Amino acid sequence: MTSIASLLFRQKAGASGAAPSTRGEIAGLLVVLAAVILLFSLTTDRFLSAETFTSIAFQLPELGLLTLAMLMPLISGGFNLAITFTANISGLAFAWVLQAYGGADAGVAVFALGVAAALLSGAIIGGAMGVVIAYTGAHPILVSLSMMIFLRGLGEFLTRGGDISGFPTFVVHMGQGTIFGIPIPLLIFMACVAMWTILLKRTRLGFATHMIGSNSEATRYSGVDTHRAIMLVYTLSGVMCAIAGIVMLTRFNSVRVGHGESYLLITVLASFLGRVDPFGGFGRVIPVVIALVVLQVIASGLNLLGTNQHLATALWGVILIVVMIVRYAWARLQVGAFIRYASEKRTLKGRV
Amino acid sequence: MPRLKQIGPTEQWLILVIALISIFLALTTDTFLTLVNLFDLLNYSAVNIMFAAGLLVVLIAGGIDISFAVAASVVQYLTVTILMQMGGGDWAAGLVLACFVGVCLGSLNAALIYHFRITSIVVTIATFNLFFGMLMYVTGGVSIYDLPDWLSTRVVLFERETETGFAEITLPVLAMVVVVTLTWLLLRRLSIGRQLFAMGDNTEAARRLGINLGAMHYLAYGWLGACAGIAGLMQAHYAQEIVPNALYGRELEVLAAVVLGGARLGGGRGTLLGAILGLALVSITQNGLNLLGVSPYAFRMIVGAVILVAISVSGDTMGRVTRRLRGPKLAGATQ
Repeated sequence: MTSIASLLFRQKAGASGAAPSTRGEIAGLLVVLAAVILLFSLTTDRFLSAETFTSIAFQLPELGLLTLAMLMPLISGGFNLAITFTANISGLAFAWVLQAYGGADAGVAVFALGVAAALLSGAIIGGAMGVVIAYTGAHPILVSLSMMIFLRGLGEFLTRGGDISGFPTFVVHMGQGTIFGIPIPLLIFMACVAMWTILLKRTRLGFATHMIGSNSEATRYSGVDTHRAIMLVYTLSGVMCAIAGIVMLTRFNSVRVGHGESYLLITVLASFLGRVDPFGGFGRVIPVVIALVVLQVIASGLNLLGTNQHLATALWGVILIVVMIVRYAWARLQVGAFIRYASEKRTLKGRV
Repeated sequence: MPRLKQIGPTEQWLILVIALISIFLALTTDTFLTLVNLFDLLNYSAVNIMFAAGLLVVLIAGGIDISFAVAASVVQYLTVTILMQMGGGDWAAGLVLACFVGVCLGSLNAALIYHFRITSIVVTIATFNLFFGMLMYVTGGVSIYDLPDWLSTRVVLFERETETGFAEITLPVLAMVVVVTLTWLLLRRLSIGRQLFAMGDNTEAARRLGINLGAMHYLAYGWLGACAGIAGLMQAHYAQEIVPNALYGRELEVLAAVVLGGARLGGGRGTLLGAILGLALVSITQNGLNLLGVSPYAFRMIVGAVILVAISVSGDTMGRVTRRLRGPKLAGATQ
């Protein structure tokens, strides 16, 4: 049990003060995932079935893409509370292009144009937030919050609170179809995960993002154009929201403002569960993805057990609190207790 | 009344904008500048201002709280359910119970933040999900319409018949005045208030000065809990019903307004006047749009845009600019 716990909860500021080991994080989260799957397969015999995992595979990408959109600002020490409504507005842009050029009879070229429109609107929204955050020094929470209020209002104003639907049939096939048995949204999600991993690990921007999250001033003095980097971070976050919006549109074959609103705080929860540092600077894509799978498995399992969806929401909150407490306790037991013991011993010796 | 010099640049700027909007509305509509409308505005804003006063204390102490609006919903449900089972109760019992439940929920946040060193935004996002999920699960999303008599009877403190109808000031306004006054006493007249500012500004320095950080955490989050509890009870009184998700989403709008009023995310700075002005700006904009006959669907869009523009050019940025314009002599006075 201790070894499992040490794998899962090794603190960043652990014994050596080094960054957390990725392998340990991933192994720990995989152990939790296995435990959750085992628990549910023991409690209900319907859990270990192809349907369960297919439904998870279809539900995961939506939340997952939004979490990726949240992840990058989080690592840069910021926040993007506008993710769900950016996705909605991008979906609306997509829907209008489809409707303006043929509606249900639109061809593939129109589809491509719609995707471009969605990505562009996501980039514009994200970029606008990035500019304000980078150049006015206003807090990202506040900027993205007012952007969220604005976008929600804009969406409600444009749609009058209704649905937009009536898309070509191949759009539905995209959202609900599979390639080699893998759902297409999941494939898109996997591609985005790969993209984000490379972006954050292998590019200058990724490096700058981590550095800004650790210490923005020091990064600026070391010659990084932090304003430009922050703008890019939020622009890319907006683009990822747009991809989420496109996936939502294809999966539900409609656009409604407010769709995915309840995911907002879950994306933060999943990020912290996946060991992203709340103050920025540290965080990796793969552990966050595994944390997402854990949450989704729990939601599906509870659903199969016939429990209320709101109970799952409450449980997610409890899980986050428990994980944070255990991580804290673990760090204290290992490091804090030892240091205190050592220093007490020294002072006692001094007195004698 | 504070002298004009004592009012910070953010507040001065907000007063200017609010004055401009009010003059514009007074000229373009004939309903804005009536007693009925202004009192309606006050009655409507009372609950939000109570939330804002509580949230300001937490922000000054260096924390953040996302869960207070949902906590207020929990308070509404628990208070009314418990009192109905005990045979009704009265205002005194209701307020005591609401404060108690609110303080308990706030203390839960404080305990997790202080004893386990978890970041406040992480804790309150978690408790937000926990409170809301449990509330919806337990109630099944069902509203309470059968309120005790003392809560459902409208309490009118001041009434005056005008040409356009009855202008009324109701109980939430009194509660708001009391909450704001007590918060002002706490922040500006008690040494505990200075300790809260100190902790928000520099936690380590505050600790070395001998400030009891644990007590300060419980005080700040407990204070917000009590304010949220009272606000929840008043909202139930105002709306004459209890809907489990009525306050859901309110937290972000109040947060935006309070920070707009000059409170710093990160702690150590913020004024009650600023928080109230921030909320007033949002409420007056909303009210004005309503009176101008703008589609309600556009409300949020315009309010969001107003906040976005305001933070882009207000607060630190504007303060810096005005200070530069006025020269170095006055710059010291505004600090």
